[in-house]
Amino acid sequence: MSQNAEKVLDHFNLFREPEYTNLFENKRKEFEFMPPDAQVEEVREWAKTEEYKEKNFAREALVVNPAKACQPLGAVFAAVGFEGTIPFVHGSQGCVAYYRSHFSRHFKEPTSCVSSSMTEDAAVFGGLNNMIDGLANTYNMYKPKMIAVSTTCMAEVIGDDLNAFIKTSKEKGSIPAEFDVPFAHTPAFVGSHITGYDNVMKGILQHFWDGKAGTVEPLVRQPNESINFLGGFDGYTVGNLREIKRIFNLFGIDYTIIGDNSDVWDTPTDGEFRMYDGGTTLEQAANALHAKATISMQEFCTEKTLPFIAEHGQEVVALNHPIGVKGTDRFLMEISRLTGKPIPAELEKERGRLVDAIADSTAHIHGQKFAIYGDPDLCYGLAEFLLELGAEPTHVLATNGSKAWETKMQALFDSSPFGKNCKVYPGKDLWHMRSLLFTEPVDFLIGNTYGKYLERDTGTPLIRIGFPIFDRHHKHRYPVWGYQGGLNVLVWILDRMFEAIDANTNIPAKTDYSFDIIR
Amino acid sequence: MSLTVEQVKQRNKDLIKEVLEVYPDKTAKRRAKHLGTFEEGKPDCGVKSNIKSIPGVMTIRGCAYAGSKGVVWGPIKDMIHISHGPVGCGQYSWASRRNYYIGTTGIDTFVTMQFTSDFQEKDIVFGGDKKLEKIIDEIEELFPLNHGITVQSECPIGLIGDDIEAVSKKKSKEYNGKTIVPVRCEGFRGVSQSLGHHIANDAVRDWVFDKAGDKHPEFQSTPYDVAIIGDYNIGGDAWSSRILLEEMGLRVIAQWSGDGTLAELENTPKAKLNVLHCYRSMNYISRHLEEKYGVPWVEYNFFGPTKIAESLRKIASFFDDKIKEGAERVIAKYQPLMDAVIAKYRPRLEGKKVMLFVGGLRPRHVIGAYEDLGMEIVGTGYEFGHNDDYQRTTHYVKDGTLIYDDVTGYEFEKFVEAIQPDLVGSGIKEKYVFQKMGVPFRQMHSWDYSGPYHGYDGFAIFARDMDMAINNPVWGLTKAPWKSAA
Repeated sequence: MSQNAEKVLDHFNLFREPEYTNLFENKRKEFEFMPPDAQVEEVREWAKTEEYKEKNFAREALVVNPAKACQPLGAVFAAVGFEGTIPFVHGSQGCVAYYRSHFSRHFKEPTSCVSSSMTEDAAVFGGLNNMIDGLANTYNMYKPKMIAVSTTCMAEVIGDDLNAFIKTSKEKGSIPAEFDVPFAHTPAFVGSHITGYDNVMKGILQHFWDGKAGTVEPLVRQPNESINFLGGFDGYTVGNLREIKRIFNLFGIDYTIIGDNSDVWDTPTDGEFRMYDGGTTLEQAANALHAKATISMQEFCTEKTLPFIAEHGQEVVALNHPIGVKGTDRFLMEISRLTGKPIPAELEKERGRLVDAIADSTAHIHGQKFAIYGDPDLCYGLAEFLLELGAEPTHVLATNGSKAWETKMQALFDSSPFGKNCKVYPGKDLWHMRSLLFTEPVDFLIGNTYGKYLERDTGTPLIRIGFPIFDRHHKHRYPVWGYQGGLNVLVWILDRMFEAIDANTNIPAKTDYSFDIIR
Repeated sequence: MSLTVEQVKQRNKDLIKEVLEVYPDKTAKRRAKHLGTFEEGKPDCGVKSNIKSIPGVMTIRGCAYAGSKGVVWGPIKDMIHISHGPVGCGQYSWASRRNYYIGTTGIDTFVTMQFTSDFQEKDIVFGGDKKLEKIIDEIEELFPLNHGITVQSECPIGLIGDDIEAVSKKKSKEYNGKTIVPVRCEGFRGVSQSLGHHIANDAVRDWVFDKAGDKHPEFQSTPYDVAIIGDYNIGGDAWSSRILLEEMGLRVIAQWSGDGTLAELENTPKAKLNVLHCYRSMNYISRHLEEKYGVPWVEYNFFGPTKIAESLRKIASFFDDKIKEGAERVIAKYQPLMDAVIAKYRPRLEGKKVMLFVGGLRPRHVIGAYEDLGMEIVGTGYEFGHNDDYQRTTHYVKDGTLIYDDVTGYEFEKFVEAIQPDLVGSGIKEKYVFQKMGVPFRQMHSWDYSGPYHGYDGFAIFARDMDMAINNPVWGLTKAPWKSAA
């Protein structure tokens, strides 16, 4: 018996005690009927080879460890960014339990979202009754200012019509006729979570701008000098949006963050649960029509929203998750161009500080090879930053990356001598990445929490940047945008590099001649 | 000042009335059936259960897919479980239940991986059967040491009428009788994850047992063979349970399904007794094993020394004196550890009030462990319990305990606000709501990031964790000093 009350052993250590290791050995020998060790070793070695990689890349149907989620997740992400808004997912309830868990695990925050709890009968007869009852319950119980409706794959397969259903619900008195219920169809079998963000964002703007589903006159644009900002689906939304607001405030301009979910996923622990906190007001969402321009921080996250906005008469600017100096430069110059205001001296100083930091540290990063995976825009922003650090983003992979993204990534590689041997992988998954890391090894891997399996298999040190990050805390509170954000990313990369160097040089009398105090 | 039982009952009644007021009449009427107070001597808890959740409320429930892939099948380590349909379901359930296992992931074991058919629009339009065939071929090529495949249906599969049974049969034949299991666990089926457990159990019956035949002739039975049923090895629970059964002289021939293998499933009919922890999720297969193979089953509870000792004796009662003595020996061996754990933690936890809302067996099973530490359960309820769960709960709860079936987010918050427990035990979706309110919380699905909680070794961790949660200095910081004076 190894457990003891004085120093309680938890699972990390308990199961390393001999009584348990014996138990495992015995279980394996007597009952599991697993393949012999030699065979496991042989297959393990084979799975590292070029031959295996070829078979792996020849896959047409099977997807293993994809780096993407489904549309409805992005729908919820976008919807919670509006004041007093509860996302209402029309479909089966299990999905909503998953979205809520997923966000809670990343942000360590509550995520409020309801579903219309469709079951077999709804599959046969359609989900209209679920919508009618559901909207009434949500409205009464959670007293929202707005209910943003999206769908799951179930509702989409049976072809439920949200526009008609919401209209009928209002006629039946579930919710007042004038109550705002924007909607978007977000089938899980089309695109990914970034598509869901796009659809809901467009759906909400369309609701306010185009006459609330035919119930009022469409708004008429009266241009003003304000700037709209769309962050896109972003695991750093809490830190990023606050940094963006700081930057806009330094410029001293009028702006609207559309879908500001930075407060609802960062509520204080002070004795009160805030179901709704912060968010873009409904008035702001409507008035965003009149803005001079809209800046999207993520082009591939706003493929439908931006053209929709452009059609309504304002200029749109699409960026690709700018991280680092050049990305931020472009962002600030666009703000300056659109508003006619100069770039604030304070930001210029911050720029210099980021450049200073890069200069101080570049020797360690120069020429290092990286593999990156994540959402298309994030991959782009990270790759661009690595190129300006003199590193080589050797494999860049986005399971939800498109052909257009591929082309854009290639153009980025072509723009730098460090991009010469870099390759882009749209539509591939993390099992493809595993083969790449074995056959064309890199020095570091950048990606979300799931990369820890790749780190373990291939020995490539993982720098956690992306979504979701479940196994490290509070990263989402830090920005990755702006010069300050670039500094954060630089530090995360450097910290992991130095850790790797230390781990590689710490055996006394063997490898510790490079175990340096000064770096 | 503590309330009398009658006062508690009156308070609960008022509280229930109050929370129902927010709903439209129709909903209030439906929800009223799920909220109540336990009356001593009654055969159940007086609430309805296993009924559809109400649209538009924040139910904590999941779906049949979650019950099958997420709970029952997912932990079978040497098989590949395909999340068949769109990408999301597999992604959200990827490695999120901490089903510990030992193996070389990606080579001979696959639990912490996400295999999906990643349905696209064309698959919805034209059907996914051809794609599924190809997926199975690709699995066979890239993961040659897998011992079997399951096809976990997501919502669209049933809706578009794919014939995954035919594909499974065809491919099984092509691969020399390989175990390929179609599981009709589409998320819209049933009212919660509970139906998924049942469907998964039935799939084992139809596609594993019926096909296993004499697959493992080298397997030698003994009179002391048992199988652990309904333990998912969250944080290593099944291991800290198994060790006790082995120490008392039994031979655990299978673990269902945490750290389990296909061979263990196949050999389970040869057990002399099935010991069942999570009754809700695996009573079905236990009953089947009894009916078809004559293997009796017994429920047990390995939370806290009182229930562990009771359970060890109950299990031993199915065997001869050697095992009965073994049970006494195990109880005696761990008694000093239990005494030490209780001596250390009970003074810090005595009298603390707990509210639970969990799935499976935990709304009742953990009560004994809390009571061993001098704590009191003032409210409990099941995410997806059935009437028989609520009957079983009567043996655990005290007169006047607040009972809430399929509680909505709104109700749960109101109850906790009014009752002000010292600890809430529920899941990740509830965790941060209550912590914001300044109420200590433990995830009682996954043990947060801790565990095991089962068995004697687990109880030490349980006690430590509850102390850590409740007596954490952070709860003294939630009110700013300039506010708390007011």
